Amino acid sequence: MGIEVANVTKQFGAFAALRDVSLRVKAGELIALLGPSGSGKTTLLRVIAGLEAPDSGSVLFEGEDATTRHVRDRRVGFVFQHYALFRHMTVFENVAFGLRVRPRRLRPTRADIRRRVMELLHLVQLEGFAKRYPSQLSGGQRQRVALARALAVEPKVLLLDEPFGALDAKVRQELRRWLRRLHEEIHVTSVFVTHDQDEALEVADRVVVMNTGQIEQIGTPEEVFRSPASAFVMNFLGTVNVFHRRVDSLTPGPDAIELQCPDELPAGSRPARIFVRPHHLEINAGPTGAPGLRGLVQYINAASPQVKVEVLSEFGEVLQIETSQDRYQELALQKGSEVFVTPKEMRVFFDDGHHGPSTPSTQLPDRMS
Amino acid sequence: MKLSRSGHRPVIPGFRIAMGFAVLYMSLLMLIPLSMLALRAGQSSWDELWATFTSARTLAAYRLSLGGALIAATVNTVFGLIIAWVLVRYRFPGRRLLDTLVDLPFALPTAVAGISLTAIYAPNGILGGLLEKGGIQAAYSPLGIVIAMTFVSLPFVIRTTQPVLQDIDQEIEEAAATLGASRWQAFRRVIFPSIMPAVIAGFAMAFARAVGEYGSVVFISGNMPGRTEIVPLLIVTRLEEYNYAGATSVALALLILSFVMLLVINLLQAWARRSAPV
Repeated sequence: MGIEVANVTKQFGAFAALRDVSLRVKAGELIALLGPSGSGKTTLLRVIAGLEAPDSGSVLFEGEDATTRHVRDRRVGFVFQHYALFRHMTVFENVAFGLRVRPRRLRPTRADIRRRVMELLHLVQLEGFAKRYPSQLSGGQRQRVALARALAVEPKVLLLDEPFGALDAKVRQELRRWLRRLHEEIHVTSVFVTHDQDEALEVADRVVVMNTGQIEQIGTPEEVFRSPASAFVMNFLGTVNVFHRRVDSLTPGPDAIELQCPDELPAGSRPARIFVRPHHLEINAGPTGAPGLRGLVQYINAASPQVKVEVLSEFGEVLQIETSQDRYQELALQKGSEVFVTPKEMRVFFDDGHHGPSTPSTQLPDRMS
Repeated sequence: MKLSRSGHRPVIPGFRIAMGFAVLYMSLLMLIPLSMLALRAGQSSWDELWATFTSARTLAAYRLSLGGALIAATVNTVFGLIIAWVLVRYRFPGRRLLDTLVDLPFALPTAVAGISLTAIYAPNGILGGLLEKGGIQAAYSPLGIVIAMTFVSLPFVIRTTQPVLQDIDQEIEEAAATLGASRWQAFRRVIFPSIMPAVIAGFAMAFARAVGEYGSVVFISGNMPGRTEIVPLLIVTRLEEYNYAGATSVALALLILSFVMLLVINLLQAWARRSAPV
């Protein structure tokens, strides 16, 4: 079922949680709402669920206005961050709850309920746990029970609020992949909230990046990662190096970008921030002819597939760089080594909010405004 | 390094000393005085005890005390639950005041409560007069006793239920709502089972308090032997008659009955807890 959110605004006292938010979710899609805390992502999810009423704007389910429809009648499955399982009920009773509370004429028979619950427990790989209580399960298992419980009522939309937020890293990873597979299997329109960019980029079909109650960008994981629409998105999606420079706005293209700080600035240059991802900074032993910065290696961590190197630039900036193990061996990097750093790709955002002459000359020469 | 001999040394220290204090305290304050009661009763012959216990007057007093306490505790369970709900769930002006008011029956000397209740429920009182017109006698009747017992045992269910209700996550109810449950279904199937052990505990305390109540009841009951005489009053009467054996036998029987009832309630509570492991 498709969902449409149109011009939704929500205020909590003096705090604007959502400011004129519009979003369209296609049927069968898996969408991630990504943003820092306070960005309004959970509020948006709760508005879709009907747990929160918007101050203005509307929510449409399959083109039909559902803004005033009660949460009971929306047929949404909601999975809470802290599971919200009924602790005095067994796993079986938890999953069966949604079926048992139906009005008598819609309620399935005992045998049907039993069959359906066992099917769902099979789906979430917890068949052997039907008689356990939530307190006897691990966090990951509880979250899967919560998911089975939400799916029991055959929801038209599945909404998940930071579903893996309370779990440890390894379980998160597993559940992520598992959710992805599950979605491919049952194909119910799903929206999940997360503040973890890896999670959003890995699981979702499309990512909605939110900040201060507004949507910054909507796109596929690749789109938002490769071409962030704003400095905020660039910053939020992983580590990034920021250079505060003046950039010549009259000369479009990469020639306008100069990481050195020339004494004489060309007329028409404007203050801008230049963003470079750690893996887009190349380390060389000496100048290569390409524009770059001189610096000293401050710190090396080689205990991961990509070696993380911290370089103090000649202008006092600390640069986060990622390089391959091979390259690291080849350069024989050490703490204190003098190096020359060259960006391979970058994005420029002028401080007045406009895009600058962006990124690598050779690959995306026409990206500017 | 010396290994402990038992191999099961408890991690939390101080078990012996804490347990010692607990036993000593309970012995000094409860077990020794109460066993004196049993000893005293033991001085009379079995037949004598049985005769006192089964006399019509004693039996009537027991029926009144236990029955009245049961009604008072039940009434307070229903209304206490509602008051606790209101105090926890809603924000309204005067909420703190109402919250404080709940404890008043604890603080007020029960004689004061008895006198004020009598003044109101007596035939010439405000409420008593109205009830009189409807043909109901409140003061100087079993109804008056139940009213006094209800008054003094009011805070218990509220105070045991309130914190548990407070702890129930709003998300639990939201989860029930997203699954299609109505407000009533959410309460009956989700909230009530969670607060059940606390409600039972409150009921037990209210019941115990009502059985033991003396001060307020003697003012409102009229103290007619066989009709509005409660067990504690009967004991005092026997003492005033210098009939110590009679007093202790009545007291002992009350003690045993109360203990058995509290034990049953406690078991019930344990059962309610077991079906809802936390």
